[in-house]
Amino acid sequence: MSEQVWVVLQHREGKLHRMSKEAIAAGQRLAGEIGGTVSGVLLGSGLGDLVAQASAFDLATLYTVDDSALQDYNPGAYVAALTPAIREQAPAFVVFPHTYQSVDYFPRLGQALDAALVPEVIGFENGADGLIWQRPILGGKLQARVRVKTSGTVLLSVQSGAFPADGAAAGQADVEPLPSVPSGLTSDREILEVQQVGDDQVDLTKADVIVAIGRGVGGADKVESLRELAKVLGADIGASRPVIDNGWLLDADGNVERERQIGSSGQTVAPKLYIAAGISGAIQHLVGMKGATCIVAINKDATAPIFNIAHYGIVGDLHEIVPALTEAVAAVKG
Amino acid sequence: MRIAVCIKQVPDTEARLRVAKDGKWLDEEDLRFVINESDEYAVEEALTWAEKTGGEVVIISLGPARVQEALRKGLALGAAKAIHLVDEAYQGGDARATAVALAAAIQNEGADLVLTGSQSDDVGYGSTASLVAGHLGWPHAWLVMGLEVEEGGATAKVTREMESGMNEVFRLTLPAVIEVQAGINHPRYASLKGIMKAKRKPIDKPTPAELGLDAASLGAAGSHLEILEIAFPDSGDGAQMIEGDAAAAAKELVEKLQKEARVL
Ligand SMILES: Cc1cc2nc3c(=O)[nH]c(=O)nc-3n(C[C@H](O)[C@H](O)[C@H](O)COP(=O)(O)OP(=O)(O)OC[C@H]3O[C@@H](n4cnc5c(N)ncnc54)[C@H](O)[C@@H]3O)c2cc1C
Ligand SMILES: Nc1ncnc2c1ncn2[C@@H]1O[C@H](COP(=O)(O)O)[C@@H](O)[C@H]1O
Repeated sequence: MSEQVWVVLQHREGKLHRMSKEAIAAGQRLAGEIGGTVSGVLLGSGLGDLVAQASAFDLATLYTVDDSALQDYNPGAYVAALTPAIREQAPAFVVFPHTYQSVDYFPRLGQALDAALVPEVIGFENGADGLIWQRPILGGKLQARVRVKTSGTVLLSVQSGAFPADGAAAGQADVEPLPSVPSGLTSDREILEVQQVGDDQVDLTKADVIVAIGRGVGGADKVESLRELAKVLGADIGASRPVIDNGWLLDADGNVERERQIGSSGQTVAPKLYIAAGISGAIQHLVGMKGATCIVAINKDATAPIFNIAHYGIVGDLHEIVPALTEAVAAVKG
Repeated sequence: MRIAVCIKQVPDTEARLRVAKDGKWLDEEDLRFVINESDEYAVEEALTWAEKTGGEVVIISLGPARVQEALRKGLALGAAKAIHLVDEAYQGGDARATAVALAAAIQNEGADLVLTGSQSDDVGYGSTASLVAGHLGWPHAWLVMGLEVEEGGATAKVTREMESGMNEVFRLTLPAVIEVQAGINHPRYASLKGIMKAKRKPIDKPTPAELGLDAASLGAAGSHLEILEIAFPDSGDGAQMIEGDAAAAAKELVEKLQKEARVL
């Protein structure tokens, strides 16, 4: 029997998650590499139209689990539903999108199966010693090439953007219930509510120009020069996560403006111009802004990963460069 | 409540990073180490709940001798005791092997709640703490931005981050492993009195045998993963770098944004 690759698909409000398609693209590439087949796994309650969405890819089989215990995501029921089938069918690889949901439970699944975990894969190669996985380390400053030295099923999560969704081949999958799902699945979380973070008055998704402040700014008392730059540019202010976490970006009433955070746990923006000042360029930040038309990075560290995706870069102290930039912009705009 | 908190010491991200000669990890000479960012928030959360429930905090770290500095800091902040998994057999493991050791130390110590960070800033597996929960047979939650211990420690209301600026709120039964995300609270600073007191607080260093562990399940021997090589990423097309002093660079950038990129 040829080796199998499974892809566990995430969804929300009746739609496949964008990164599920990226995970399918990764799974298809992986199956091609090892000469195997790729199948999808879809878990939920009242799957309905999701089955049609998910079976429209080039998958050997789409396995489904439709159970009321899976209505809201919870790790207990997800792990219990997946464990026996993976143990029995022993796919070589199970691919997950690297989302806040998958990473919450896939370690527990790995433990139940004693399977190896390779989180946050951004690439792979098939060498003499088998598959070698690439993953970012140290906030994306470096990358590691890792190998699984044990045998058995390997669970991996693929990072956003590494395997573009448009690489996922379309097709028509056979739909089958996932085998061996235990009866009486139960949720191990009592879901109370879903909330929006911060207020929804700040919408950076439509901003034309964003001045984004990073930890390199060095303190709440030092953001003023960036506000001045934003003013002459007619730009909105955004920030990386640590700036928000540290309480450095406050509104007129002294409240932390968490809604101005850009990245995987904040807003996803696509302005014409994005000026990143004192931002290193960790993947969780990049996913929120790499769609900008023109990215300018100002950073004192010439090796900061932000320079790999920026269009223009200046190496230096932002506290010198930003005021100079404000003056230069004022000169041409004034 | 007796609260255990797991902290990892990681290289300071501001540090100049160099790859070691063998290419497998960083050259640790001249490297500055700090407590992992989300773990600092976990320590604060642990101290807060220990104070509210009249309990105490035990701080646990696996790592070489240098980690003692991080443990002392946790003690200075208010933890009652520290556990340092310093034995050579513990070192160099992946999330799986590290979790085996941490779970055994927690079990040995006894805890009603375990707090951890969400992700380490060096290897960033985002898995170690969930694996600890698995060993203990407890529920867990990753990326926690709000915690409320309820019913005298029987349950907890947890706010967990989802993508795109949404949070999910749910209830768990305790004991559990709560994996805190940066930003959940405002970590305190150590007082001079705290620093003085910390010098007299105990740091236990249990061996694998004392925790009933077999060395084959620990460190590199107990790992699924092996790091073959680390390297600076290929810079791709890279940015067009603009040189010169601040005024000259700013002027040139504005010109390029106007004429070349046409975004001004
Ligand atoms: C699950 C998860 C979700 C996350 N979500 C997000 C998110 O939504 N958004 C987000 O941004 N992050 C997020 N993060 C955090 C992310 O991993 C990084 O830690 C964060 O993006 C780093 O922010 P930074 O670049 O501002 O800080 P750092 O990485 O500390 O970088 C600071 C930079 O400033 C430079 N610098 C210092 N001083 C100066 C100076 N005087 N002049 C010029 N440059 C200077 C330094 O060289 C450095 O490159 C998340 C992390 C996790 C684990
Ligand atoms: N060596 C260690 N010692 C103590 N705690 C650790 C260690 N490694 C990981 N952890 C904990 O597990 C969390 C997740 O780490 P990781 O799986 O490496 O991303 C960290 O935030 C720590 O709380």
